[in-house]
Amino acid sequence: MICLHNIVATYTTRRGQVNAVDGVSVDIPDNMILGIAGESGCGKSTLIKVIYGDLGFPLALTAGSISYGFQNDGGQEVTLANIQKEWFKRISYIPQSSMSSLNPVVRIRDQFLDFPSVSRNKAEVLERARAFVQKLGLPPQALDAYPHQLSGGMRQRVMVAIATFFQPHIIFADEPTTALDVVVQKAILLLLMNLQKEMKSTIIFVSHDMGVHYQIADRMLIMYAAKAVEYADTEESFRRPLHPYTLMLTNALPVIGDDRERQGLPGQPPSLWEPMRGCRFAPRCPLATDLCRTTEPPLLQHAAGHYAACHHADRVAELKESLANAHDLIGVSR
Amino acid sequence: MKTIFKVEHLNKVYRLGSFPRAITIRALHEVSVTVESDEPVIISIVGESGSGKTTLARVVLQLERPTSGNVIIHDTAVAGRRAMARGTEFLRMVQPIFQNSFEAFSRYRTIDSYLYETATRVNKLNRAGAISAVEDALSAVGLTYRDVRGKYSNQFSGGELQRVSIARALIPHPRLIVADEPVSMIDASRRMLIINLFRDLKERYKTSFLYITHDLATAYYISDYIAVMNKGVIVEFGKARTVLSNPQHAYTRLLLDSIPRLDRKWNPATEALVAESRYGEGRA
Repeated sequence: MICLHNIVATYTTRRGQVNAVDGVSVDIPDNMILGIAGESGCGKSTLIKVIYGDLGFPLALTAGSISYGFQNDGGQEVTLANIQKEWFKRISYIPQSSMSSLNPVVRIRDQFLDFPSVSRNKAEVLERARAFVQKLGLPPQALDAYPHQLSGGMRQRVMVAIATFFQPHIIFADEPTTALDVVVQKAILLLLMNLQKEMKSTIIFVSHDMGVHYQIADRMLIMYAAKAVEYADTEESFRRPLHPYTLMLTNALPVIGDDRERQGLPGQPPSLWEPMRGCRFAPRCPLATDLCRTTEPPLLQHAAGHYAACHHADRVAELKESLANAHDLIGVSR
Repeated sequence: MKTIFKVEHLNKVYRLGSFPRAITIRALHEVSVTVESDEPVIISIVGESGSGKTTLARVVLQLERPTSGNVIIHDTAVAGRRAMARGTEFLRMVQPIFQNSFEAFSRYRTIDSYLYETATRVNKLNRAGAISAVEDALSAVGLTYRDVRGKYSNQFSGGELQRVSIARALIPHPRLIVADEPVSMIDASRRMLIINLFRDLKERYKTSFLYITHDLATAYYISDYIAVMNKGVIVEFGKARTVLSNPQHAYTRLLLDSIPRLDRKWNPATEALVAESRYGEGRA
């Protein structure tokens, strides 16, 4: 179990300091896929950067702590202080753009063997690597290629292979399939799901695509303006959301076969530079009342494992009903 | 009935490398589409990267000469035999919107200068007329002249700047707007504002749209017609609702099947192998 306790992460810029993650406390169980969703600028990428331990100017942890629930080689509990020592030993990272992560002038196989644990017996590890990439649907010759010789989908497979080769406890992925076409995306996501089942590791991934979340995540964390607003099992978040933002996010995009009018989300998220009072979603929320504009709702457990930060969580089901019954059909020729 | 958009036997071959080892790439292969209608329509071209959809857009915009074939827009030939010349007359008829508006507008020029220039050069308006044309176009996308005056592109959000580039394209009242992936850089929650704007402008400005995208869901939402492209060939074309609710071609079914839906989960145990084999097919 990864326990995040009141994480506040701050960027320092010439304009001053801004909290991109502002007090997030959640417990992430082992052996599951956690999806983090939200609009651009909501702090989802910053949050996984912090959990990954990639702290350095301009990003700094202002408050909070993380315990990762496993020990390092010396038998000490792993926390934020020593997480960087576990990079590509027990935790790994799949970046969005494989082209800018792989070294263009080094063959894939040499980048593959560039782990701290592979100083001796290179030949043996290479044999294992060849077998492993084959299992991931890559030809074994792909290891001898340079990154530019592979297609985008193959490169992303290489990134998945590098990140999972040493059976890590935790895998972080920041929009791992955003740059790919849908057909390739599906193959890579299914591959990740199967690898996770096999290795029983935890995958924490960020995506803006709610469809991707629904397909692969076991639990969902929804973020809005640097805060966690809902945290629940995926099926619950989509079928019985307790925060209007989650509902509106899933309803924002059209669905094939559904001719109802879609409006997207009205308005824009608040600027994190301005001082904020009350619920940060209140200006865009159809359920907002005076209470919302003055008092910030805490992230509370409403049902077993279902957390939401909303004063009117009990009225979200009503809102869902009314959206489902909207009859404005789009005017296109049929 | 007017011929709103007609492409006949369009081919585009790129040659890479020089004589002994030159390779040819068929970006478009015998592409033919005809859309006839009295009302303005939205035509979507969907396909994966490398399918030739952007090449088709570039040929329609006269940015690329076709190797052979014709393009006809609103009963006028714009590419191929007896095509009209490049110039303001063409720009009054067809206007582009590009994917990344931060790249489309220079960082060193104010945004209103682009709008003003389109009005004076393409519409041949004088100063006062140009400003009122710019104001009209901006109000059609929900902005005012004061919102853009003297501002540079970095002072806008992605969605706002894309609205400005739509306003710029509207100034000459074109017959057809070619939009190449206009919403893929915009956050999912605000994408629908732009998509709904296209629908609204189709009615108000009587402009047809050629919407180039890889996103089948938004294509379904706004299109009247849809063409599915794969490897330079149109594999399926027809009314959007017919094509996407009853796809005939295996590739269209593959695309539809790969969309991460919100109502039915994939089964990783059984589908992974199928996805692998299709992944090979699609790339062969």
